[in-house]
Amino acid sequence: GFYANSSMPSQVTHELLLICTCLCSCLSLRSTAHQLCRVQSQGFLTCTYIHFFHRQEIMKWNGWGYSDSKFLYNKKGQAEFTGKRYRLSGMIIPGLREWMESTFGANLQHKTPAAPILNSSVVQPPTLNEAFLKELKSTGIPFSHDAEDRVFRSHGHCLHEIFALREGKIGRVPDLVVWPNCHNDVVKIVELACKHNVCLIPYGGGTSVSSALECPPEETRSIVSLDTSQMNRILWIDEKNLTAHVEAGIVGQDLERLLNESGYCTGHEPDSMEFSSLGGWVATRASGMKKNIYGNIEDLVVHIKMVTPRGVIEKSCQGPRMSTGPDVHHFIMGSEGTLGVVTEVTMKIRPMPEYQKYGSVVFPNFEMGVACLREVARQRCAPASIRLMDNEQFKFGHALKPQVSSIFTSFLDGLKKFYITKFKGFDPNRLCVATLLFEGDREKVLQHEKQVYDIAAKFGGLAAGEDNGQRGYMLTFVIAYLRDLGMDYYVIGESFETSMPWDRVLDICRNVKARIVRECKDKGVQFPPLSTCRVTQTYDAGACVYFYFAFNYRGLSDPVHVYEQVEHAAREEILANGGSLSHHHGVGKLRKEWMRETISSVGMGMLKSVKDYVDPNNIFGNRNLL
Amino acid sequence: MASKAVYSHRDPMLKKRDDFEDMLEERRNSSDLRYALKCYTPVLYKGLTPCKVSELKQMVLQSDQLGYVITQVSKEKGMTSDEVTGEAAAILEEMAQRLQLSTVRFFAFTLSKVFKTLFRSICINEEGLQRLQQAIHNHPVVLLPSHRSYMDFLLMSYILYTYDLALPVIAAGMDFMGMKVVGEMLRMSGAFFIRRSFGGDKLYWAVFSEYVKIMLKNGYAPVEFFLEGTRSRTAKSLTPKLGLLNIVMDPFLKGEVFDISLVPVSISYERTLEEALYARELLGVPKPKESTSGLFKARKILSEDYGSIHVYFGQPVSVRSLAESRVNRSQFNLIPRHIPTRPSEEILSFVNDSAYRLVRAQEENMVLKPWVLLAFVLLQKQAAEEKQGTALDELTEQAVWLRDLSRQYGAFLHWPDHIPPSEVVSSSLSLHRGLVRISEGRVQLALEQVGGQQVPGETRGAITPEEELLNKAVVILSCASYRNQALNVFIRPALLASAIHTAASNRKQEIYNSFSFLRNMFSNEFILCPGATVQDFEEACYLLVKTGTLQINQQEVLITERGHRTLAFLTSVLDPFLQGYQVVCRFLCEQDGLTEKQFIPAVRKFIIKHLLTGRLGYIEVLSSDLQKNALAALIRLGTVQKIKGPESNNYCFNVFPSEARNRGL
Repeated sequence: GFYANSSMPSQVTHELLLICTCLCSCLSLRSTAHQLCRVQSQGFLTCTYIHFFHRQEIMKWNGWGYSDSKFLYNKKGQAEFTGKRYRLSGMIIPGLREWMESTFGANLQHKTPAAPILNSSVVQPPTLNEAFLKELKSTGIPFSHDAEDRVFRSHGHCLHEIFALREGKIGRVPDLVVWPNCHNDVVKIVELACKHNVCLIPYGGGTSVSSALECPPEETRSIVSLDTSQMNRILWIDEKNLTAHVEAGIVGQDLERLLNESGYCTGHEPDSMEFSSLGGWVATRASGMKKNIYGNIEDLVVHIKMVTPRGVIEKSCQGPRMSTGPDVHHFIMGSEGTLGVVTEVTMKIRPMPEYQKYGSVVFPNFEMGVACLREVARQRCAPASIRLMDNEQFKFGHALKPQVSSIFTSFLDGLKKFYITKFKGFDPNRLCVATLLFEGDREKVLQHEKQVYDIAAKFGGLAAGEDNGQRGYMLTFVIAYLRDLGMDYYVIGESFETSMPWDRVLDICRNVKARIVRECKDKGVQFPPLSTCRVTQTYDAGACVYFYFAFNYRGLSDPVHVYEQVEHAAREEILANGGSLSHHHGVGKLRKEWMRETISSVGMGMLKSVKDYVDPNNIFGNRNLL
Repeated sequence: MASKAVYSHRDPMLKKRDDFEDMLEERRNSSDLRYALKCYTPVLYKGLTPCKVSELKQMVLQSDQLGYVITQVSKEKGMTSDEVTGEAAAILEEMAQRLQLSTVRFFAFTLSKVFKTLFRSICINEEGLQRLQQAIHNHPVVLLPSHRSYMDFLLMSYILYTYDLALPVIAAGMDFMGMKVVGEMLRMSGAFFIRRSFGGDKLYWAVFSEYVKIMLKNGYAPVEFFLEGTRSRTAKSLTPKLGLLNIVMDPFLKGEVFDISLVPVSISYERTLEEALYARELLGVPKPKESTSGLFKARKILSEDYGSIHVYFGQPVSVRSLAESRVNRSQFNLIPRHIPTRPSEEILSFVNDSAYRLVRAQEENMVLKPWVLLAFVLLQKQAAEEKQGTALDELTEQAVWLRDLSRQYGAFLHWPDHIPPSEVVSSSLSLHRGLVRISEGRVQLALEQVGGQQVPGETRGAITPEEELLNKAVVILSCASYRNQALNVFIRPALLASAIHTAASNRKQEIYNSFSFLRNMFSNEFILCPGATVQDFEEACYLLVKTGTLQINQQEVLITERGHRTLAFLTSVLDPFLQGYQVVCRFLCEQDGLTEKQFIPAVRKFIIKHLLTGRLGYIEVLSSDLQKNALAALIRLGTVQKIKGPESNNYCFNVFPSEARNRGL
């Protein structure tokens, strides 16, 4: 049953209004292709309404993203991407099939389709706390114990979570979902939860990849998923101080779009920004693609309001920096829902950049590419984004090229390839590509671009055009959809990230990739795995590296277990080589076991004592982190 | 790829070994010249960035590691960093190899000629070479051959060239540099030269370790060195030296390479070229300085028959697997990796254990010839003072008995089973005719045959009893060097047998205690992995129970009816060593303070005196190797103390006789 409150009709009207404005703005963006086009740059064109109560109506319940967008092999056996939301939507991708077949040994004949619909009968009936429910009803805050609503909020996007859903296996799920509409609603819910000893798990965008949203199986209390999606308003914009006060449930793309309407942006663009929420970013210490200009979440946040079992925590002013003991924001950022619910955040905003330009550079090998990124970081001239893909990922990106429309383009492509491999002598099996995104005043961007290309040239880098760069960034958003395609054909995989000092970048990339290959072999994987990486962020003292890892699991009886063992080994390898436990995905429950060695026993004690003070009864009982 | 366990002691019988092929056979049937000029295209490391010898040197000089030490040294010594860099470059110049294919081809040609004259066959396990090729392709490789002869590293390069495998760079002692032409030739065939001692010389150490690491990490060539540090004069494996092993493991431990393959190689000579030379050296005739002219004198060697050589390339051992769940690699995360740091206790003990495992892996694949078993019998008979020698058929019977026993213990014995044992015995005896005398069907060691061993120019008549003794000792130590080849097969059961012999009761705990004492005492003498007492005890028990020598229940160890013969044999294996250690103790008890230099001559004099008066039975206790090991053990056990004298490097020994007695000596 769905218990709507009186505010529902107005909510729906609001939605419809949004649809209209959004469609319009998208159309106008489409027509001015050479103007700055932020939304288009992301690769998605239309807007989302995932602040629907029933998100599953437009989103997949057992895969990534929108229901209408997915990769599939059409009747001719060609790969195609459906829907209308992305640049790639409706296009044929001729190279994908061959790439999948040659990389994984996958075969269109061998399918592993997902269970099409959720069978509600396999969902455990909810354990309801009647007293809590009774008082909740009296507050008028909407809630639901419908099986689909509960299952949808019971997981993130770890491989094991999605794999289980595809097989129709449902474990422990929340017993109830509540949709607070504002800060005060949250205060009421937390008070009731404390009063009736109910377990609360905050839910933002549901894009976690750390098992953070999994309900602890040992939890015997009633578990309530606190869905922040209705708290999605920008409460005010302060143009004098360039800040905006925003409700924490707002989703990345909506925040940017709404700010854009006023000529501003936050510039915070994590790869998950279509779906992830502001509160989630704060709770996991998120990082955005363009952090070189705008900073990571900890640099962007000016003020946070969080509701805890002890009450509301917030600072008394919005000074840009304070020396008032350890910064309490840092207890909140990265707390992963273990201390309370972030309800409102004051964030820095910037005027929208005048000009944006993509770029790419080809390097003869990965070593040269890393050396170039290091030099760029040394000179502190990193563009808004600079990423370096290794050779495997470069080939992968190549396989995702949509069908070219003209002979001229394909001729040009051929010419480029000839120039790089034959004339410049780059080995196609070793070369790698950096993608760049510049942002700012037109003049400065061009100047900046020259500076970066000059550095690249010193490391044997050749400029490889804007298209390659743009396609690289587009890949970011569709890659998550690709996993679902893989899973239709016996291929499972995931990404994971780390950060490390500069001098260890090459060693970690090499060793972790090799470890993955070796572990797969040892664990009986019949086909060579895809084991690839890219450097996605540069810092003064180090870099962030992303690994992608996937394999064909035909012949394995427990593929998910094998996958987990390999990922575990890869993490061990990262830590042994001086990489961090996480750069921005967080710890959740997936990486908890390494926390003590990461932050020392004393560090654990410090965090524990905060938890014990703030939430002595473990109301926020998702058991992440500690 | 590499097996996790370098050796398994549970059941030595189950050890699988590859077959051998004779590589000289083809040499005898086809042109050496064409062979030397053949097309040589080895499989290289997949991550190799090809570079020249000169580039390699530049990489070393420009490395952060060396740069750091240069800055440090220049501050300490008040020199400019250019001056120190100059010194470093000079060290590198002195050290570096200049591997050239043409020199290798030259060696390939000449060695083919030499080997064909000297040896009947050179047998290689080709499967091992295939594994090696795979290893070279996948990871940087370290070759770890056993070291019994000067020949070893030329032989190694010769084999690798023949089988189209990547030629190694070889760490060689500086002593070779004395031989001008040869030294340079060796350099051009891949040898690089290290000073024997460079204790506190930071700069030298930095240049050296960086040079080795860069060659290894880049996959420039397999790095080859001898774990034992020097040639074993006794044919027993020497306790491993850790310096170079530490260096080659470092790139893995610090994450600079994914893995490193260590390949133990066992080279067994049926007859060692240096046989008598070693014996003389052990008896105090100093080692001749390596000189080119000396090598030519060795020409008369060319007319002799040295039997065959067996070279076994063992299973590559992955450093990664060795380190797994033993070393916490994250200990290197908090200091920049180019800053030299003293290895932690954890690392040191890891390197030490690995070194022992590798030496054991070498030992296990050493091929034993029937003569080795005959040497056991003949030496035991000699010690028992059976003057008239052993009848051939008795010798054969004993050898066959020993053959079966050693096989049960997992020995890699090459005993031609299709030939009657008596023929096997006589052909072995004839190959080693310099060491035995056969008359009227009886065999004994050629102790009286001093003429043959004599240096020309000395008058024959004026032989003192002492000289006579030393001449005998040459034969005995030569013979012992063959027996020693199989000691590793018997050592654990022998320790157990001696423990049973000395223990006051047959209680298992008591026997274990005495086993543990003996094992500890002898751990400088034999390859006994530190800290593995329990495993060794179990292994010994397992073997003796399995072969029906012992019955072991919860508390007691019982000797079976047919076990006595085995036990008697096994106890006698350790006897010479026990007597040697006892006499060293007795000697030390009579001293009050002795410098390190005085020790060997003094103890030798003491032993000669006792041997001549007949109070000592085993002439082989004259071996300076045994004496040094005994002293080292006593120092390790704290019975003897080493005190730094007024001059540096001049030690005094203090003995605590009561201590010695307390410890059961």
